[in-house]
Amino acid sequence: MNAAYVAALQVGAGVVLFCAVMTLWRRGVRTIVSLLGVQGLALGAVALVLGLHERNAALLASGGLVVILKGVVIPGVLLRASRLDPLSRETRPLVNVPASLVAAAVLIVLSYVSSARLTSLAPSVATRLVPLGVATILVGYFMLVTRRRAVSKIVGLILVDNGIALVAYLLTSGVPFVVEMGSSIDVLLVVVVLQFLLLSMRRHSDVDALTERRELHD
Amino acid sequence: MLLVTIVAIPLFMTLVTALNPWRAWIGRLSAAANVAVLILGAWLGVQTMSGARVAAARLLRADSLSAVMVLVIAAVAVLATSFSAHTMGREIDAGATTRRHARQYLLWLQVFISAMLIAVLSANLGVVWVCVEATTIATTFLVSHRRTSGAFEASWKYVIICSVGIALAFLGTVLIYYAQLHAGAGSTSLNWTSLMAVARQLNPAVTRLGFAFVVLGYGTKVGLVPMHSWLPDAHSQAPAPVSALMSGVLLSVAFYALLRFRAVAELALGPSFPRTVLLIVGVASLVVATAALIAQRDLKRMLAYSSIEHMGLMAIGAAVGSPLAVAAVLLHILGHGVTKAVLFLSAGEIYTLEGSTEISELSGLLTRRPALGSVFGVGLVSLLALPPFSLFVSELTMFRAEVDAGLAWVVALSLACLAVIFASVLRHGRHVLLGARERATPADSRGRATIAVLVVALVLVAGLGLSSWPLSPLLWHAAHLVTP
Repeated sequence: MNAAYVAALQVGAGVVLFCAVMTLWRRGVRTIVSLLGVQGLALGAVALVLGLHERNAALLASGGLVVILKGVVIPGVLLRASRLDPLSRETRPLVNVPASLVAAAVLIVLSYVSSARLTSLAPSVATRLVPLGVATILVGYFMLVTRRRAVSKIVGLILVDNGIALVAYLLTSGVPFVVEMGSSIDVLLVVVVLQFLLLSMRRHSDVDALTERRELHD
Repeated sequence: MLLVTIVAIPLFMTLVTALNPWRAWIGRLSAAANVAVLILGAWLGVQTMSGARVAAARLLRADSLSAVMVLVIAAVAVLATSFSAHTMGREIDAGATTRRHARQYLLWLQVFISAMLIAVLSANLGVVWVCVEATTIATTFLVSHRRTSGAFEASWKYVIICSVGIALAFLGTVLIYYAQLHAGAGSTSLNWTSLMAVARQLNPAVTRLGFAFVVLGYGTKVGLVPMHSWLPDAHSQAPAPVSALMSGVLLSVAFYALLRFRAVAELALGPSFPRTVLLIVGVASLVVATAALIAQRDLKRMLAYSSIEHMGLMAIGAAVGSPLAVAAVLLHILGHGVTKAVLFLSAGEIYTLEGSTEISELSGLLTRRPALGSVFGVGLVSLLALPPFSLFVSELTMFRAEVDAGLAWVVALSLACLAVIFASVLRHGRHVLLGARERATPADSRGRATIAVLVVALVLVAGLGLSSWPLSPLLWHAAHLVTP
């Protein structure tokens, strides 16, 4: 086994999870979005490393696309949004930062326990890193549930998608067509949500109005 | 060639709406295009009825199950697009919407219909996922079409909950693909046919986890409890033709994915695991919908909760997993799709004419607007699964299959829920249709042609209930495909 390949894969997957945990720590939206960009680059790098190792051209192309979409396009669009919304600092999360970090630690342990079955089907360098992807998914969900701001929620959603993409790359070297199309749809999704923010702000001059409105109920 | 044409027609219409500003003829052309898809769908049904498979270019593939889905999608799309042409024209005349918004609306409607058709005709389960995800984006725009604060809240809730849900379905798909790669056979694509060929060798632990995620994920789009909370909001806030498509077919398209994965899970894990999972979500959906229907105040929310009820019944039917049960589920998809579309569209007309869908504000509809009132009333009769409508036959058949499978307690529970739902919906419906006439409203002279379309649809559902012979070989064969 090529030592450089092992190290590159481990660093790539490690950075993906590290960025996810850091988004729980930092509050400024610009910082969080930059972290998301770094995570996208790391995710693309994992695909590229796997593609080089397996001499798989489709995987290399997929990795390149992920670098462009998740590393550059999505953070770019989100940064534009944070400029439009000066109040976008996460001021009142439902769970405060220290408690969130403790929760993240618990989630990481949980993901190691729960991924053991997945790894045991085909143990390899790549599949042993799957817990990192699962932990990223769980941290993403945690963010979605405990943060109130619209931009924070969309960041949580992208964390979940990045985590799933990492799992897909590590377990199966990517599901043909799907990871790439999923990433492209993520871009659309971010644009959709931003349009909501803009329209909502034009109407109510406050983004909170969108996520905290309670008009519809039984 | 047939499959390519079926997919090309809605894509071509998407292009037409994207390139032209709003015109009334584009709306009518889009309805005509869906009529063409419906005819081609019927032809596809004839071709696949004997068990033959139609494939095109490795990406598209159709069997009798796909043909059933194409039929129901096209039938509801004909209703929804012909109403869209009508309502957009009216909204523009009334100044309620602009030509730009009408064009966007029609464009996303076409994207939505195309994505559903590609989803049921795709050979690859990954592409099915991508299409279902694409419907989320398209319908988010459609739900917010009215641009009121209620519509924004509903579409925000919808996009967040469904994206999270559908992400879980992707994780489930990845896990099942992982099991497939290590199942011995050299198949490397996520084709349903090759997956079924190796299904017995799939690793049980990984498949179990994968199937659970698939049920949770696609279950979100189906509107199954516990991931259903977006559904009443989105369905009540969307324009009527969009509600008709979402409730009538989008839920069923996600359910179609569940049926395919259930067959794989049954081969890999035996019948008991998929049955337990589907029974839990199905019974929970039925009970939650029953509770919500009792004190419902809004007509469109009432219809939305009734969709959760029917999806719950279908999940229970799929849990049984016998050919009889699944054939009944497919008949139920057809009957529910068309009936619910008729009801949402007439509720939309009621909203336009009366200015409200609050049950307490509507009364005496039958005397004031006899045509619209009777269509809505007959639609409710069909929805409550009374004979001669096809929902009566499909529910009865599902119950029979459940008793055959030793699930008599589920039948007892379902019947209890249905009795409560029957009483509640009847009470709401009676108030709306027959309640004391409170205010005088101008006579209704418009929309005769559109109401005629709804009458034809209801007659078809009734005909299907009296004799399902043109469809029964198709339904029967489709059921055998997903019940190994």
